Amino acid sequence: MQLILEKRAERSKTVALASPLIAIGLTIVTMTILFMVLGKNPISALYVYFIVPLADGYSLQEIAVKATPLVMIAIGLSLCYLANAWNIGAEGQFLMGAVAGSWIAVKTQGTGAGHWVLPAMLLLGALAGALYALIPAICKVRFGASEILTSLMLVYVVDLLLDYLVRGPWRDPQGFNFPTTAEFDPVATVPTLIEGGRLHLGSILALVVVAAGAVLLGKTIKGFEIRVVGAAPRAARFGGFNANQLILLTFAISGALSGLAGIIEVAGPVGHLQPGISPGYGFTAIIVAFLGRLNPIGILIAGLFLALTFIGGEQAQITMKIPLDVTKVFQGILLFYVLACDSLILYRFRIVSSSPQVARGAH
Amino acid sequence: MELTEAIILSVLAASTPLLLAATGELVAERSGVLNLGVEGMMIVGAACAFGGAWLTGSIIIGALCGMFAGVLMSLLFAAMALGLAVNQVATGLALTIFGVGLSGLIGARFVGERITPAPHLHIPYVSDIPLIGHILFGEDGFVYLSLALVVAVWWFLYRMRAGLILRACGDNHVSAHALGYPVLKIRMYAVMFGGACAGLAGAYLPLAYTPFFIPGMTAGRGWIALALTVFASWLPGRLVIGAYLFGAVTILQLHAQGAGIGIPSQFMSSLPYLATVIVLVLLSRARTGGSTAPAALGTVFVPDR
Repeated sequence: MQLILEKRAERSKTVALASPLIAIGLTIVTMTILFMVLGKNPISALYVYFIVPLADGYSLQEIAVKATPLVMIAIGLSLCYLANAWNIGAEGQFLMGAVAGSWIAVKTQGTGAGHWVLPAMLLLGALAGALYALIPAICKVRFGASEILTSLMLVYVVDLLLDYLVRGPWRDPQGFNFPTTAEFDPVATVPTLIEGGRLHLGSILALVVVAAGAVLLGKTIKGFEIRVVGAAPRAARFGGFNANQLILLTFAISGALSGLAGIIEVAGPVGHLQPGISPGYGFTAIIVAFLGRLNPIGILIAGLFLALTFIGGEQAQITMKIPLDVTKVFQGILLFYVLACDSLILYRFRIVSSSPQVARGAH
Repeated sequence: MELTEAIILSVLAASTPLLLAATGELVAERSGVLNLGVEGMMIVGAACAFGGAWLTGSIIIGALCGMFAGVLMSLLFAAMALGLAVNQVATGLALTIFGVGLSGLIGARFVGERITPAPHLHIPYVSDIPLIGHILFGEDGFVYLSLALVVAVWWFLYRMRAGLILRACGDNHVSAHALGYPVLKIRMYAVMFGGACAGLAGAYLPLAYTPFFIPGMTAGRGWIALALTVFASWLPGRLVIGAYLFGAVTILQLHAQGAGIGIPSQFMSSLPYLATVIVLVLLSRARTGGSTAPAALGTVFVPDR
């Protein structure tokens, strides 16, 4: 008896729809076991993780705030992954956008500059993210260097740059030596949607990005080219699509969206530049992209779900003393299950007998 | 003289985890599997190794715990990438994300604890020869082990039939399968070897490099090890050169920071990462005549029956 994989004649539509749900179900089962190993009551832990954050208005807003960068970054990443270009340095592009945008905020601080400041910050953040993402893309297209490794290395570089800036030239003189810039001026801050609330304009922008992503992929030639280059590179060559140009394009879009998410995070919920502005949004967004099946609407839902785990994780740490690392373990396990279930869209399991005669006959 | 000796000793120490992890990954990649989860396997190896050594007081048991943890992690990868034919890049990323979280969870109770680091070799008189005595005969066991491993891997890949078969799987899995070799099984063993090496590389950090565990202490070394296999054109001998060059960059920037040469420390700290990018570009550029990578690297294989 042996379990083998067998290619399906065509993609299974049922499994394609069900796979994210199966993956979430399996993850929750695994988490239950993990909570028991940690000596926590799994029922109340799961309740704190998934139900408590949905129960009050404040945490609902907080979920939307956390989902905003995740969704924006993941939409860009999905374009890259569809085109078979592996940008895994979104975290770096996020930080680069945050740094570049903050430059305007820091330089105009207390000068009474007008309402042009915030739009300029957002533009510069997106531009810097795009340029930073183009470094690995150009290295790939021009020299053939692995974009996976170069894009990741650049995360560490910009992380150190940010650290230098907030400890050195941009440090708040009144900040008691903490490594942070001064609070941004009101004209350099992303406005909230509700007076005194947490929800901000960035969340609306994220929805616009989702809609734009859906139009790009579903209704335009470029979107079609991106999908063909990734799914059928040979067909794309016959079709005369320029794969290199698409790598540059998808990296640039993805970098711009990550950079935009970065400056929105700094000018919105955080309010100043400091180390640790991202709890790994750029990496979690990779999970969001896959959980959302590289589809804009799917990514929106997946982003909200992973934001829920961030909030739930914080709650669980406060009320049940469950370490924050459990959230990362959870996210990693979820990605495993998502990928495993996706495999079943293309393949199915079959049990074959593997008696020696049959095995020999097959070769 | 003493400064030179100290620098060379610390370069060897900084290079050893890179060399160990890269040697394991080289074997996995030679069999055609790109496991991007090196960082994850390393960091879990580091946490388990420190735990093992702290609980038992034995460096060797600690190192074995690290290797065992690395193998378990690599089996998870193998189940996904080989068993379920999932995209290797995505699976490797998942392994790293999972590993970083898991190591934090395992290591949380060990943070702040200290152990006695791995002892250094000491041969009376010989180890006391100025400069070379200490450098050649006064290292910890991991350093010698890592070099022996490179020789063993070279011997295996180029002097043994099994190594030839493994390379065949990496260059053309369809032909290897047609000849009757169990491609997936061979790849699984290669991935497990990679996991053991990555676990050992992770173990080196809290057992010999610094005698304590800090979350995230691998700090991208797993990724640099991946870049090293490219740097070495998948040849074991060149791994040694690459690993020691990167170790040297890491240590020299530390010494430059200590000497206070007026460049902010963060810029110096970013040098190893920038060096990786530059080296990847230069090497890929020099290789326009054709890639030296295993031809089937990173491709999914589902046997036809």
